[in-house]
Amino acid sequence: MSVSKPLPHDAAKLHVTGQARYVDDVPMPAGTLHLAFGVSSIARGTFTAINLDAVRAAKGVRAVLVAQDLPFANDVSPSVHDEPMLSDGPIHYCGQPIFLVVADTHLNARHAARLGDITYDAQTPILTIEDALAADARFEDGPRIYTKGDVDTALATAPNRLQGRLDMGGQEHFYLEGQAALALPQEGGDMVVQSSTQHPTEIQHKVADALGVAMHAVRVEIRRMGGGFGGKESQGNALAVSCAVAAQLTGKPCKMRYDRDDDMIITGKRHDFRIEYDVGYDPDGRISGIVFTHYTRCGWAQDLSLPVADRAMLHADNAYLLGAARITSHRLKTNMQSATAFRGFGGPQGMLGIERVMDHIAHALGKDAADVRRVNYYGAADAQPTSGKRFGAEHSPKQAVDNTTPYDMPVTDFILHEMTDKLLTDCDYHARKKAVADWNANHATLKKGIAFNPVKFGISFTLTHLNQAGALVHVYADGSIHLNHGGTEMGQGLFQKVAQVAAARFGVDISAVKITATDTAKVPNTSATAASSGTDLNGMAVQNACDTIRARIADCLAEMHNVAPDTITFKDDHVHVAGHSIPFAQAAKTAYENRVSLSATGFYKTPDVAWDRIAGKGRPFFYFAYGASVSEVVIDTNTGENRILRVDILHDAGASLNPALDIGQIEGGFVQGAGWLTTEELVWDDKGSLRTHAPSTYKIPACSDRPSVFNIALWDGENRAETVYRSKAVGEPPFMLGISTHAALANAVAACGAAYPDLQAPATAEEVLQAVKRARG
Amino acid sequence: MNVTFLLNGETVEVNTHPTQTLLDWLRETRGLTGTKEGCNEGDCGACSVMITDERGARSLNACILFVPQLHGKAVRTVEGIAAPDGTLHAVQQAMVDNHGSQCGFCTPGFVVSMATAHLNGRTDHDDVLAGNLCRCTGYAPIIRAAKAVEGAAVPDHVIDHPIAPKTTDFPAPETSDALAEWYAAHPNGTLIAGATDVGLWVTKHFTDLGDVAFLNRCKDLQQIDDQGDTLRIGAGVTMTDVLAAVRILHPSFGDMIRRYGSDQVRNAATIGGNIANGSPIGDNPPALIAMGATLHLRRGDTRRDTPIEDFFIAYGKQDRQPGEFVEAVTIPKSAPALRCYKLSKRFDQDISAVCGCFKITVADGKITDARIAFGGMAGTPKRAPLSEAALVGRPWSFDTIQTAAATLAEDFAPLSDMRASTAYRMDAAQGQLRRYFDDINGVETDVLGVTA
Repeated sequence: MSVSKPLPHDAAKLHVTGQARYVDDVPMPAGTLHLAFGVSSIARGTFTAINLDAVRAAKGVRAVLVAQDLPFANDVSPSVHDEPMLSDGPIHYCGQPIFLVVADTHLNARHAARLGDITYDAQTPILTIEDALAADARFEDGPRIYTKGDVDTALATAPNRLQGRLDMGGQEHFYLEGQAALALPQEGGDMVVQSSTQHPTEIQHKVADALGVAMHAVRVEIRRMGGGFGGKESQGNALAVSCAVAAQLTGKPCKMRYDRDDDMIITGKRHDFRIEYDVGYDPDGRISGIVFTHYTRCGWAQDLSLPVADRAMLHADNAYLLGAARITSHRLKTNMQSATAFRGFGGPQGMLGIERVMDHIAHALGKDAADVRRVNYYGAADAQPTSGKRFGAEHSPKQAVDNTTPYDMPVTDFILHEMTDKLLTDCDYHARKKAVADWNANHATLKKGIAFNPVKFGISFTLTHLNQAGALVHVYADGSIHLNHGGTEMGQGLFQKVAQVAAARFGVDISAVKITATDTAKVPNTSATAASSGTDLNGMAVQNACDTIRARIADCLAEMHNVAPDTITFKDDHVHVAGHSIPFAQAAKTAYENRVSLSATGFYKTPDVAWDRIAGKGRPFFYFAYGASVSEVVIDTNTGENRILRVDILHDAGASLNPALDIGQIEGGFVQGAGWLTTEELVWDDKGSLRTHAPSTYKIPACSDRPSVFNIALWDGENRAETVYRSKAVGEPPFMLGISTHAALANAVAACGAAYPDLQAPATAEEVLQAVKRARG
Repeated sequence: MNVTFLLNGETVEVNTHPTQTLLDWLRETRGLTGTKEGCNEGDCGACSVMITDERGARSLNACILFVPQLHGKAVRTVEGIAAPDGTLHAVQQAMVDNHGSQCGFCTPGFVVSMATAHLNGRTDHDDVLAGNLCRCTGYAPIIRAAKAVEGAAVPDHVIDHPIAPKTTDFPAPETSDALAEWYAAHPNGTLIAGATDVGLWVTKHFTDLGDVAFLNRCKDLQQIDDQGDTLRIGAGVTMTDVLAAVRILHPSFGDMIRRYGSDQVRNAATIGGNIANGSPIGDNPPALIAMGATLHLRRGDTRRDTPIEDFFIAYGKQDRQPGEFVEAVTIPKSAPALRCYKLSKRFDQDISAVCGCFKITVADGKITDARIAFGGMAGTPKRAPLSEAALVGRPWSFDTIQTAAATLAEDFAPLSDMRASTAYRMDAAQGQLRRYFDDINGVETDVLGVTA
C-alpha cells in the first residue's frame, strides 16, 4: 500500500532539474508590469506631504498609486482591518508601504520606489516592552489570564521557590523564495491571481474586497511555495492585492515580488517574548505552583497575534503537570513589523519558558535536569485508571488523579515516559553526562554541555471553525486520478502524503495520481495550511472523496457480478470482485460506461474540539504530538563561540504516512529551532529601523552548523486519536526539539562557575560570553 | 558591449550593458528560470552557476556576476546538469534518493554547487556548500546525497570546453600596463574584479558606476610569484587561489580564509579588491598586517610600495590616489607564530564582528616582537600599538598576556552594531589574545576541533 512508504517528494525530480515552477517562474504575457512599494523611513508619526514627481519621472514607470487611488478596501489585514495596504497618513513602523510603483520591469520599479520625497511629522516610536507598558499600547483591553487551582497558596506553602526572567528573540522566516504574486485580468472584471501563499482563500477574499467584487470573481492558484513556515499565511496579502488593483487599473498583467531586503523590512516575523516566572517546588523539583507572565511585542497591527499569544499560554506547561498555575499574557503594540505566524505559532516561546524553569530548578537543587523534568511529567496514557494496562509501571506516577492542563484539558495520550526511557538509553545519556563532566574537568577554556528536552505540542487550530477541509477528486475513464484539496505545498511534502492516501484508497500505484495546484475554484473556503494540520485535515477530506467514488465503483461492479459491495476490494492496481481481478483502469471505464459519477468532493471536520479562549477552558486540541531530544554542545569561554556536537531525537509521528518526509520535517525543524535560539538575531536600532534585513546580517544555520552527529528515530506507535491512517501532524512539533541546544549551552555555561548562568535567547556567541561571566559571578 | 560565451554547451552572443547581471539575463531574457534569486547579494547561493574557463570549473553566484565577466567562458546552469536525454546527473539522482529537497527553491543552487564539486573531485562538502542556504532540510539529507556520489563518474556533458578567449569591445585590460593606462585616463572609473562587492552597489544601491573596466582578463595581476622568502600575490588572485597558496605555509590564515565568504564568493573575490575596498571588516588586512605584508601600488608607470597598515588611513579613506590601483601584495613565506581568529555570529559565510590576527615572536622566554592587528575594532583594519608595547621585552607568560589584553582597551574603542556590541567586541578581542597564548602553548582552543 502507498501509505507508510518512504517515497520522495512528489516534485523532487522537478526541483533538482530546475523545472519546478514558482510564482516568479511562470511565463508572463508581453506587457506585464512590475510593482514595488515605496516605504516609510520612520517608525512612528504621520506623513504630511508626499512628492512623487521623481518617482513618476523615473525610467519605465507607468503609474504610481497612493492610498487615495485605491478604488475599494485599503486593507490587507487577516483579522481586524487594522492594516491598510498603503498608509493614508499615520506611520506605524519603519518600512510601512506608502506608495506603489507600477513599472515596466522589476528593477525599474524597485529603483523608482527609492525616489519618493516624503515629509514626516515624526513621533517617538514605541519599541520596547517598557515603552509599550508605559503607554498601555496593547491589543485587547488587558492581559489574558488562564488559571488552574490556587496558585498563591501553592507558592506560599512551597518548600522551595525561585523567580526568573527569560528574554527570547523573534525570528525571520527566511523562506528562500521571497513573497511573490501575479494577477492576470480577465473578461468582465474577473481576476486570476497566482500567489505564493499558505492561504489562498484569504488572498481571494482580500483581493475581492480590494476590487469591489464578490469572491466568485477571483480565482487564486498556487502550485508550490519556496518555503512558508507561517510567513506566507497572511504576509502575501499586500502583494496579491497590489497586483490585482494595478492589473484592474492598467488592464495589464501585474507581478510583484519583494527583493530580500524589502521582504525582511516589510513583513512580520516570529513574536519575541519576555517570560517572567515565579515557581514553587519540592525537594525533588516537583512544581506545586507557578506564575508565568508573558510579554510579547506584536508590532503595529493585530494580524494573528492573539492566537499566537494564546498558543504560547497553551504551551506554558509543555509536558508537565502543574499543580496550580496562573499564566498572564500581555500582547503589546509596538512600532515594528507586525509579528506573525511562524512554525509553532507561539508554542515554542511558551515551551521555552517552562523548559527554562526546569533547568533553573535543577540548577538550584543540584539535580540532573532530566530527572527534574521527569518528576513533573503528566501521568502516562497507559497509567490512566480507565485503561489499567500499565498503571504502576516504573515511571508511571502512583496516582494520576489530576492530569489536566492549565486550560482544563485532560491529557490522555501522554507517551513521554516511554519515549524518554528509550531516548536516554539509546543515546547513552547518563554515561555521556559523566563524560562531559570529566572532559570539562580537563579543559579550562572550552566547556561541554548536554541537555534533554521533551516536547508535547497540541494539534488543532485553536480557532475551532478552522478545523475543516475540502477535497475534489476525479477518476478519469482511463483510471488516472486527478487530486485536489485545500492544502498548499510549501516543501513539507503534504501533496505527496495526501496522494499516498488517495492511491491507497483506490489500491493503485502513486503514479496513477496527478497532484494539482491548490485552486480556490476547485475547493472553496479553505483554511490556511498551518497549525501542522495540513495532512490531518486534507488527508481525511481526500480519503472521504476517494471513498465516495470507490463506493460508487463498488456498487456498480457488485450489481454486475451480483455480489455484496462490501466484498469488493481495491488493491494492487486491481479491483477484486467475486474471484475476478479487474485492472483499476478497466473498472473505471466500466463505471463510466454505466453512467457512474467518478468525481466527488470530500469534506472533513475535526471532532471533539471546543475551546473558550477568553475563559481559557476547554479542549482546544484533538491530540498531542510528542518528541524528545538530547543535544551536546561545546563553548569557548574566551569568546562565547559554540558548536552543536551531537543530537539524538526520538519523535512521535504516529503511524507515519511517509517516514522519509516525516524525518525530513524533524531534521529541518530541529535545525530551524536551533537557529532561532543560537545565531538568528534580529536587531532594531533605537529609531525602530531593522538592521538585520539580509542574509549578510541575519544568520540562519549554514551547512556546517547542523550537528555532525545527528540521529533521528521515529517512535513506533499509532495515534490514539482517529486521524488519517493513525498518523500524527509533524510540521511544527520538531521545531521545538531545538530547545535542547539552548539548554545544552546553558549547561555548558554552568560548568564555568557556581552562579546561575541565566542564558537568554538567542544564545549568540555574545550572549554565551555574557552568561559565562554571570556564572563566574 | 558584445559578449560571447557558452551557455549549457551552446554559443551565445549577447549585446549587453556593463552591469547586466547573469541572473537577470538568464531568467528574464533567456527564460531559464531554474536559477533562482534568493537574496540578490551573493549570500544564499540559490543562483549558483558553474563557470568554466582555462582554470577549470567553479561555482559562482549569478546574482552578482556581470555578463561581460563571462566573455570567453562557459556557463552551465541547473538546466544543463542533467544529460541532454534527460538522464539525471548522479548528484541530482542522489538528491532525489536522499530526500535532499523540500521546498525545492534552493535546490538548483545546491545541485550546481554539488555537480561542480563532483566534477573537481572535492569531498569537503561543508566548505563546498557553505554558500548555499537551505531553510527546510537542515542540510543532513543534502550531505548524505553529496557523500553518496563521491567517486561516481563525471558525465562528459558537464565538462565544458570554452571558446578561445577573444578580444573585447569593452574595457577589459589584458595586462597591468593596459590597466594602468586605462585607469590613468579614467581616474574616476570603477574597476570590477570579482564584483562580490561592486555587484551589491548595483543590485542593492542602484549606483551608477560610470566608466567601468573589467579586470578578470588581466592575467599578470593573477600571478603568484615565489620570490624565495616571500610570495608576491597579484591583486587579481582570487581568494580561492590565495587559500590554495597559503594553506600549507600559513595554516591559521588558511583556516580563516576557508571561512571567508563562501566557495562561490572566494571563486570571484580577489585579494586586491578586499584590500583596496578599505573595509574595516575585510578579513585579509588584519592578517596581512600581522604578517608585515607590503602593498604594491601603481599609477600609470609610477609604482610605490607601502607597509600595508599605512594604506588604511581612516574609515572610507585609503592611501590611494585617483587612477592608482593595488597591483600586488607581498607576504612572508614563513610566519609560524601567526594566528588568525575570525569571530562572527555564524561560523561559515559571515562577516567578522572581530577578526584578530597575532604574530608574537619569543626568544629565550622573552617577547622580542609583537604584531597584533584587528578588523572590526575601529574604522579601519588597525594595529594595537599599546598592547604590542605591553608585550615586547616581557616574559612570555599569561600575566604578560593579561596585561596586554587589558591594554587593548586603550588601543581600541569599537562600535556597537548589528554584529556585536562595543563591550563584546572588546571582551572577544581580549579573549582572542588569551586564546593565542594557549594556542601557541599547544592547549586545545578551537571549538571546531571538538567532537562529541
